[in-house]
Amino acid sequence: MSAFRRPAFWALLGLIVLGALAPLATGSGSLRESFFLILMFLVLASSLNLILGYAGYVNFGHIVYFGLGSYVAMFCITRFGLHLIPSMLIAAVFAATVAFLLGTAVLRLRGAYFAIATIGVNEAVRVLVGNLDFLGGSLGIFLNLSVYGAYGGPGGALIMAYALMVILALAVVAASFVVKRSKFGLALQSIRENEDAAQTLGIDSPHLKRLAYALSAFFPALAGPVYFFKNGNITPDAAFSLTTSIEAMVQLMLGGFGTVVGPVIGSVVYEQLRGSLLTSALFRDLHVVIAGAVLLLIVLFATGGITGVLRQRSRLLWGLLE
Amino acid sequence: MNALLNSGADGLMLGLIYGVAAMGLTLIFGVMRVVNLAHGAAIVAGMFWVYLISTAFHIHPYISLGLILVAGLIIGVAIYFIAIHRIIDSPELMTLLSTYSVSLMVIGAGTVFFSTTPRSISVDLGLLSVGPVQILGSRIASAVFSLAVTGLLYALLYRTRLGTYIRAVSNNRSAASLVGINTRLVLAVSFGLGIMMASFAGGLIGTLFPFTVLSGGPYELRSFLIVVLGGLGNPTGALAGGILLGLIEGVATQFLQVSWVPVLEFTLLVVILLVRPEGILARWNR
Repeated sequence: MSAFRRPAFWALLGLIVLGALAPLATGSGSLRESFFLILMFLVLASSLNLILGYAGYVNFGHIVYFGLGSYVAMFCITRFGLHLIPSMLIAAVFAATVAFLLGTAVLRLRGAYFAIATIGVNEAVRVLVGNLDFLGGSLGIFLNLSVYGAYGGPGGALIMAYALMVILALAVVAASFVVKRSKFGLALQSIRENEDAAQTLGIDSPHLKRLAYALSAFFPALAGPVYFFKNGNITPDAAFSLTTSIEAMVQLMLGGFGTVVGPVIGSVVYEQLRGSLLTSALFRDLHVVIAGAVLLLIVLFATGGITGVLRQRSRLLWGLLE
Repeated sequence: MNALLNSGADGLMLGLIYGVAAMGLTLIFGVMRVVNLAHGAAIVAGMFWVYLISTAFHIHPYISLGLILVAGLIIGVAIYFIAIHRIIDSPELMTLLSTYSVSLMVIGAGTVFFSTTPRSISVDLGLLSVGPVQILGSRIASAVFSLAVTGLLYALLYRTRLGTYIRAVSNNRSAASLVGINTRLVLAVSFGLGIMMASFAGGLIGTLFPFTVLSGGPYELRSFLIVVLGGLGNPTGALAGGILLGLIEGVATQFLQVSWVPVLEFTLLVVILLVRPEGILARWNR
């Protein structure tokens, strides 16, 4: 695979590993918490990039697979006493299968119709789960503290959750790199530019789109269980939150959609920005307004996001920033 | 049977208001192919407008509703020039995100100023009995206002020169611009009209139910459903879809637990998009 021969691939993965080691080396709990969130959003934004950035399908309801996966895994853990990792895998396979089947139908819609449908799917699932008693209804599922015993107590569970999130972040970045450099990725990008022309050239767009959609559902369904396992409880409103979904989209736009490094840069910058806004007394309340303003400025003046601006500035960066 | 008639009548009245909101959404989509994700924010803005004006100046809520027609139009035109005009010809993703960013800013600022405590506007017009059916006077008034605004919109679209321009731009923007129509202005006014309709409907809803800064979401999703029922870009379809949704909501609560009604609604939204994206009520489109 050509992706593995590119220095940018290894440089990016190496940077993520180095960054992820920092909180462990310093032993700072708060730094680890904020890195955990950055990595989770990195997974969300990067996986969203597969369908939105590569194939050009505006998916507002990406979070539905995060929520679905989390519920499946939490159910496995509480009901069958399964370990977190097999539960995650079951959840991810489940979510990817649902996405594949649903994608067959939903991806026939284009543009605004698809965007509205994804919102509808997410909201339908959210209210449905809130009505299902075996999933705890609107109160959700609580993890008993004794569950963490198998992972070396709550402290060990925290470290394991962090390590898992780092691995997931690496996996999703590697996957977006490989996809981007592959024939599959090229086909997706041609669908983004002009779907009808792509089909005329013999690209099986319905099938490739649903493959991309299933792949993009796979990663959030792995990250969600880790997040809610660490939290100790899950509710429908937290699991299927449109706000989280759109935050991931803002990060993707901020970093630059359709690129591999874009979502990485976007999630780091956005979370740092939010962190500093939340800690300053003046901007604490206004951080949502500022997020909106940032998004508007990007959309109006720098469609390519940070990556786009950097790539235009220098030839060297053009090659480095995939 | 009486309960069914009552909730059916209630649903019908409410459906007319839903219809007005949805017409705002569908007008914008029809004219400029923009899905306005600031729709919910406009609805909430209408609620707070009526609340603030009527509590601050002690004037009747219905008078402040009249003022929305002017303020909503002006603010909508301003939003168009700030957030949309520059990217009107970009892919849909861009306008979706820019209208969403407007929504973020409005809701964010609203949360700062008004927190998320519930508020209500009280309008007491008594109870009206027609045979076995009893309806709140305020609901009848709201339904009448909805019909009046709908009538005004139709008069504007079909009886004035501006309306002809709007319909021309919606049919074919470049051809309209070739025959000398100022498309920039027409697009701005259409967006203003859409925001105005949404805010007006929001104001009406505010006089019927308690609300918070975050109440816009569910109403925005209802507007999506209505617009999809009636066919995107089709105002008549939106009105019919609104009435249909109102009736469904009114009648469904008689047979289903209240918490299952949104499940039904959202499933309907997705299914209709998949089976008949042109809308189930649309016989003509555009």
